[in-house]
Amino acid sequence: MSFRPEHEIHRRRLGRNIGVGVLLGAFVVLMFALSIVKVTQGDLMHGNGKAQAGTALPQTEASQGAAP
Amino acid sequence: MTDIRSFDDTGEAQFGDYVQLLKPRVMSLVVFTALVGLLVAPVHLHPVESFCAVLFIALGGGASGALNMWWDADIDAIMRRTKGRPIPSGRVQPGEALAIGLALSGISVVMLALATNVLAGALLAFTIFFYAVVYSMWLKRSTPQNIVIGGAAGAFPPMIGWVAATGSFSVEAALMFMLIFMWTPPHFWALALFMKSDYGDAKVPMLTETHGRKVTRAHVWWYTVALVPFALALGFTSIGGPVYLATSAVLNLESLRGAWRIWRRDESVAEADGYKVEKQVFKFSLLYLFAHFCALLADAALRGWHLGGW
Repeated sequence: MSFRPEHEIHRRRLGRNIGVGVLLGAFVVLMFALSIVKVTQGDLMHGNGKAQAGTALPQTEASQGAAP
Repeated sequence: MTDIRSFDDTGEAQFGDYVQLLKPRVMSLVVFTALVGLLVAPVHLHPVESFCAVLFIALGGGASGALNMWWDADIDAIMRRTKGRPIPSGRVQPGEALAIGLALSGISVVMLALATNVLAGALLAFTIFFYAVVYSMWLKRSTPQNIVIGGAAGAFPPMIGWVAATGSFSVEAALMFMLIFMWTPPHFWALALFMKSDYGDAKVPMLTETHGRKVTRAHVWWYTVALVPFALALGFTSIGGPVYLATSAVLNLESLRGAWRIWRRDESVAEADGYKVEKQVFKFSLLYLFAHFCALLADAALRGWHLGGW
C-alpha cells in the first residue's frame, strides 16, 4: 500500500476548510452567548430596551411603583 | 515556480487570500474607531453585545472592501501598490469576491441590527452601499473629488459604534464623523503626491492628474486648515476633555506645519529629496487620527474616575 504525496492544492484546500470550520464554530459560540445575554436582559421583547427597562413590569405594578 | 503559478491561475485560494479580500489594514482602523465610538458613548452595552457590535461593523467594512476589490480588479492590476491583491494576482476569482462581499454584507447588517439596534444596522448598510456603489462604482473613476466624498465611507464607523450603544445620533457622533471625513482628503493627496505614476496609469482621476501637483499641494493645505475646527470642537463636547483638547492642539499645529511645507515646496525640490516631506506628512496623518481617538478614550477613562471631562 502506498500513499500519494500530498499536493500543494490539497494543502491549500485543507487550510481553507479548517479556517471556515473554525469561523463557523466561533460564530455558533458567539450567537449562543449573545442569545443568553439578550434573553437575560429581556431585549427580545423590548428591542434596545436600555431606556425602557421599567416597561418590563405589568402596567398596574409599574404605575403603583411610580406613585409616591 | 511554474506549478505554483498554475495553481494561482486556477483560483485555488488559501484561507489567507480571502482574509486579504477584506482589507485587514483598513479593517483595523474601522475596528479601532468603531470601538472608541462605542466606548465613549454615555450608554454602555453588555461586553458580549459590544464585542458583537465591533465584530459586525468590522465585517461590514471587510465586505465593502471585497466588493471594492471585485469592482476595481481591472485598475488594481495596473497599479504597483495593488497588483498583488488576490484578484489581479489570480489567487481569487472575481465571482468569489463578489459572493463573499454580498454574503458578508447581509450577515453583518442583520447581525448588527439584532445584536444592538435597527438604526445601527441601517447605518452599516448605508456605509457598505456608499463605499461599494457611490465611491467605487461611481465617484472613483469619474471625479477628482472622489476622495473627498468617498471619505465619508471611512468616517461612518465611530458613528455606527455610537449609534449601536445609544440608539440615536448626536453632535458628538457627527463630529467624530467629521474628524475622519475632513482628515481623509489631505491624507490621500499626500500619498498621491509621492505615488506618482500609479493613479495616472490606471486612469483614476486623482487631483494630481486632473489639476496638477501644484493645485494638489494647495488643496492639502486648505483641507488641513478646514479640519482644525472640527478636531478642536470635539474637545468641547461631552466626550472631550483636557487630554483630548491638549492632544488635538499639538497634533493640529504639527499637521498645519506639515501641510504648509507641502504647499510651499517646489515640485523639483520634492523630486530631488524623494518626496521626503510628503512621506513624513502621510505617516504623521496616520498618527494624527490614531492619537485623536486615543485621547477620546483617555478622557473617557478619566471621567470614570471623576478626573477627565469638563
